[in-house]
Amino acid sequence: MSQTGTANAGMGRLALRDFGGTGLRLLRYSLVRAISIGITVVIAVYLTIIIANMGGQVDQIRKAEIQEQIGLSFMNNPAVRDMTPEERLALQEEMLQIEIERLGLNRPFLLRSFSYLWQGLTLNLGRAEQMSSDTGSRQVRLILLERLPATLLLWGTAQILVFVVAILVALWLSNHYGGILDRLIIALTPLSAAPAWFYGLFLILIFSAILGALPYGGMVAAPPPTDPKAYALSVLRHLILPVAAQFVSGIFILIYNWRTFFLIYSSEDYVEMAKAKGLSGHLVSRRYVLRPTLPYIITNFMLMLISVWMGGIILETVFNWPGLGKLLYQAIHLFDTPVIVGSTVLYAYLLAITVFFLDIIYALVDPRVRVGAESRQP
Amino acid sequence: MNNLRRYVTQLMGYPTAVLGLLMIIALIGVAMYTVITIPYERAIDLWRGHEESWAENPRNAKPKWVNYFRDGQLPETLVMRTQDPQASRIEQDLEGIRLVTATLSFDYHYDDFPSEVILFFTSKAEEQRPFVATTWILPDGRRIETDAQALASQQRVYLGLDNRVKRALGQVPAEIGLFSDQSGQLLKGTYQVEIQGYLFEESSDFDAKLVVYGKVHGWAGTDHMRRDLMVALMWGAPLALAFGLLAALGSTIATFIISAIGAWYGGWVDALIQRITEINLILPVMPVLIMVGTLYSRSIWTMLGVVILLSIFGGGIKTYRSVFLQIKTAPYMDAARAYGASNMRLIFRYMIPRMIPVLIPSFITSIPSFVFLEASLALLGLGDPTLPTWGKLLQDAFSNGAIFKGHYYWILEPAVLLMITGLSFAMVGFALDRIFNPRLRGL
Repeated sequence: MSQTGTANAGMGRLALRDFGGTGLRLLRYSLVRAISIGITVVIAVYLTIIIANMGGQVDQIRKAEIQEQIGLSFMNNPAVRDMTPEERLALQEEMLQIEIERLGLNRPFLLRSFSYLWQGLTLNLGRAEQMSSDTGSRQVRLILLERLPATLLLWGTAQILVFVVAILVALWLSNHYGGILDRLIIALTPLSAAPAWFYGLFLILIFSAILGALPYGGMVAAPPPTDPKAYALSVLRHLILPVAAQFVSGIFILIYNWRTFFLIYSSEDYVEMAKAKGLSGHLVSRRYVLRPTLPYIITNFMLMLISVWMGGIILETVFNWPGLGKLLYQAIHLFDTPVIVGSTVLYAYLLAITVFFLDIIYALVDPRVRVGAESRQP
Repeated sequence: MNNLRRYVTQLMGYPTAVLGLLMIIALIGVAMYTVITIPYERAIDLWRGHEESWAENPRNAKPKWVNYFRDGQLPETLVMRTQDPQASRIEQDLEGIRLVTATLSFDYHYDDFPSEVILFFTSKAEEQRPFVATTWILPDGRRIETDAQALASQQRVYLGLDNRVKRALGQVPAEIGLFSDQSGQLLKGTYQVEIQGYLFEESSDFDAKLVVYGKVHGWAGTDHMRRDLMVALMWGAPLALAFGLLAALGSTIATFIISAIGAWYGGWVDALIQRITEINLILPVMPVLIMVGTLYSRSIWTMLGVVILLSIFGGGIKTYRSVFLQIKTAPYMDAARAYGASNMRLIFRYMIPRMIPVLIPSFITSIPSFVFLEASLALLGLGDPTLPTWGKLLQDAFSNGAIFKGHYYWILEPAVLLMITGLSFAMVGFALDRIFNPRLRGL
């Protein structure tokens, strides 16, 4: 703690004088984190592939794809037109065997799993069995990436809103604790036990079915407005309910946790000291309470974000939001294994990026990382 | 023991915790009652929906209690049988052919039309099947006749599909036309159904059952397959509790043991556990569960196993590990060792009591998340195909457009039960957290 204190005090000077060193350290820290998260992703994707291939699913995808290619090449090949069907089938079978051997599908699984790993990591998972992208492609990668913006829009809007509101309210409550609002928020904390989709059901029921005020689901009115401004407004209208659902599900526990952090830290001696110096309440909360708690808050938020990513799959299904989660739902019902495996990999990436992003913010706000105190600690 | 009593007394000081406890006790009571009155096999059998078990239930009927909140009474289902004592039965002999005239009558005083009208016939015959014709007599004396037909041993006559009835009623559906006067208004009073059957053999006979399906059924209502939702609502309780409790127990104990091993041995074991935890953080739990559900098995018990496996290296490891490290280096442990305390004594007198404040609240608060996880999987269509759970009800309701058709009870009933389960455990858990972590008590 004392180290943090001195680091905090010397921050202003350090930042000016030693900017190059700090920047370099941050860069090195980011690089180290990126590599270690990268390795974790590789292992996570490898596990995914192993799980998917325990039933031989990935093998089947590959074989079906080769078979289709050979079939296509035969269809357009004038050279085989004169063969009898039996000859053609035999040749096809022979080519299939050659191709299987060429691609190493007859190698032991351990070796093959590494080539699958590479394909998984590059999202190069071949072609979907049933589904296609809006542009008509059967490439799993294109199908997945097409849905990504919708998911990011919904998730990003909701999480930024939750984060900002939770911090502001928590800070305010930590200064006014014991009041009616404070007790109300504590009483409402158990509401966070239910996931966002659950509140989504109620919100749809109230605002769409009974009041008819907001759309049941989807991302934009049908047919989509041609005017960009009207389009944006329509998307906004469709965003209200799913964002509200995430808000209700996430906000109370965060406010409660963070207000508790703030309260614990507001009883530290240096906060009393700052108050005694006659600093304004605002300044005290911002500089002496918020700053040292930020690393904890970010860790706490990160854990919540990870569970929110998973809950988003069902939220999108409930609200018919055309994102990754809805795609996964459709893939389950069509038994489209390449898409299911692909979205699992993509979700692993999204989680990893979330973790990495928060790690960087953590580094920015945690003085121990910023000034390299960590390396000096035992 | 004294400690326990103290904790209980403290817990009673939190009104939300008391409320939560009461709700948990009520849930457990319902769960036990259900398991005793509707055995597991019977529940599965009922939920698979054999025609015979649900034939007398209306489709998509609202629960009975909606009648308390509305002006007009919605009809309940009426069942009349020719075997009933109040049904009349006259037999005439027409030169070897017997003419049986059975009359079923019922009073209709509800304020809305029924949802369906079906006549069920059972008959027996050696060679020549009985021949029946039915006449529907309204309270105002009008008579609507159906086609005459030969009966199979089991036969249903949907009055709405009968050609002569259709001709008589025009465009109006049977359940409305058969119950309205000429201006189309609902007609209350005594209705009669006259069934004339010609029996050609000495041993031949027939019985009829008239079912006038209502618009409300039972305390829970029914779904699109005529199944009484009560079965699923009741069986949902033990299943949700079992899934939530077992998953929470399994993952808490496993996480606890692993973090203990890591903290005790330290070194590379600890480092390895830390790395696995990081990987587990990035492993997308829901898609992996979906993969297991689609590719391997949808059994609720397989899912339970996978859920536990995936949550072993969860966020709890870090918390437990730090507490273990504290205990490991605590002076009182050295002191206890110095006076020659046995390992058993060390574990049960010194370590476990220190761990309980961390373990119990996190165990209780993790139960709702597992309950909702099961519901989430069911909502995605990955629920156990045989078992009636709350999540399955929600999924049925969703995929049959309950929200668009106005069958709100179908969504609200399981949702409210899920909410009660989630809230009760969360309320007790948060209170316990504050009791066991004195730093939070005043806050």
